[in-house]
Amino acid sequence: MSGDERDGEAGGSERVRDAGFDDLLDAIEAGEGHYLRCSNDHGSLPPRRVCPHCGDRDLTERPLPDSGTVSTYTVVAVPTPQFADDAPYVTAVVDFGTVRLTGVVDADPEAVETGMTVGVTVGTSETTGDRLVRFVPR
Amino acid sequence: MSEVRVAGTGMTDFGRFPERTGRDLFAEAGLAALDDAGVDPGDVEHVFFGNFMGELAEHQGHMGPLMAEAVGVNAPATRYEAACASSGVAVREAVRSVRTGESDVLLVGGTERMTNMGTAGATEGLSIAADDLYEIRAGMTFPGAYALMARAYFEEFGGDSTDLAHVAVKNHEHALPNEHAQFRSAITVDQVLDAPRIADPLGLYDSCPITDGASAVVLVSEAFAERNGLDASVAVTGSGQGGDKLALQDREYFARTPASTAAAEEAYADAGITADDVEVAEVHDCFTIAEVLAIESLGLYDPGEGLGAARRGETTRHGDVPVNLSGGLKAKGHPVGATGVAQLASITNLLTGTHARSPDVGDLRVGVAHNAGGTVASATVHVLEVVA
Repeated sequence: MSGDERDGEAGGSERVRDAGFDDLLDAIEAGEGHYLRCSNDHGSLPPRRVCPHCGDRDLTERPLPDSGTVSTYTVVAVPTPQFADDAPYVTAVVDFGTVRLTGVVDADPEAVETGMTVGVTVGTSETTGDRLVRFVPR
Repeated sequence: MSEVRVAGTGMTDFGRFPERTGRDLFAEAGLAALDDAGVDPGDVEHVFFGNFMGELAEHQGHMGPLMAEAVGVNAPATRYEAACASSGVAVREAVRSVRTGESDVLLVGGTERMTNMGTAGATEGLSIAADDLYEIRAGMTFPGAYALMARAYFEEFGGDSTDLAHVAVKNHEHALPNEHAQFRSAITVDQVLDAPRIADPLGLYDSCPITDGASAVVLVSEAFAERNGLDASVAVTGSGQGGDKLALQDREYFARTPASTAAAEEAYADAGITADDVEVAEVHDCFTIAEVLAIESLGLYDPGEGLGAARRGETTRHGDVPVNLSGGLKAKGHPVGATGVAQLASITNLLTGTHARSPDVGDLRVGVAHNAGGTVASATVHVLEVVA
């Protein structure tokens, strides 16, 4: 095996780009978030070749709604090392209609509740600087 | 179809043994099971082994042959990985192998080495049972995922953290005489509620500990047991496995676990029983809410009714269907890859009257073991019955 980026310090080397996923983060950053919809109107997130709900292979990109509602959330106090400096933080699953996204809510934990309306954006982990889905209360 | 008998069980103590290797732990449990069965390692035809994160925890892959070697078995060996259901899946594959007539004598077990990773390392290791792109990168942890399910449960069915606390209190009480259990200390509802939060609404005492340990059982065909005069009165009469989407966000339900329901329905049909026949259960209570979801999926309770079961005393050792008499993952400990087989061993011992809690429950004839992986994207259920 040759050297290249694999010789970076543990945890310090740059992630290889994940097609589909990083494309989605780029799109959300540009205000053009999308999801995949099959011909039976099921929603899912890339990268995907098959609808996970019905097996349909006819997937088309659709615009992600501008805002969604918090389905469920938790305040994580004991994080993984990648979020050591972020804790405590709120991880939530947000419903955008036919598709849901999991991310960190940019709000005081006390202020978050199920049913609240949030917009979606891309932020970074305070610990690693890695990009992640963030939700902003509307 | 050959009937599958449990000929022997073996377990290490579950607890904090950071200096012990996986191979050493499995050697202890595997040899104990072989000795209990009265089976020579040379008779074992295949080792079915469950482990989740050997690569991360001890830089060890390809653990099947290593574990066979550790117990003196010179035969094919295969590792199964399904997160925390790893050894439940190994059991299922072994059961199928005996049933088809392909095998007569199998060693099935699992090991996990975890405490050497520290809390942050183990939290990271366990988190990889979730979807890397869409969950782990969003700060999801294993307790965090179950906290999402707990809050969704409260929203859908009502109830609160006090109801969950009773599950933890019950399982700690059950573990008191279990010499293999990690925690043998009674706790109170107030202690559970006052404990530091891990991922709200779940606190430290709603969560299973980080545990090292191993478990093993010897499964044999009825014909082999009879031919060799083995004392093997318990049979695995039903086996089921269910699956679901990996990421919570892609599931139809947050507060139900259809993979467990499917596994239970398959196992009950296989055994020719119904949920009403179940007298005792060991279920996957990695968090207090997980036990609630498990007993509902097993059909012991309707959705929304399981939360109060411990509080009402119905799942305690004095109740109609005692759940987790060994202490569960909560108090017995949860060495991830060892848990499924440990549950099978516990039910076997309850049915043969050799369990530490046998004096409390008397003679039992039908028990189930329920093992779940991740946020129940994998689940296995096995029915055990006294047949001889």
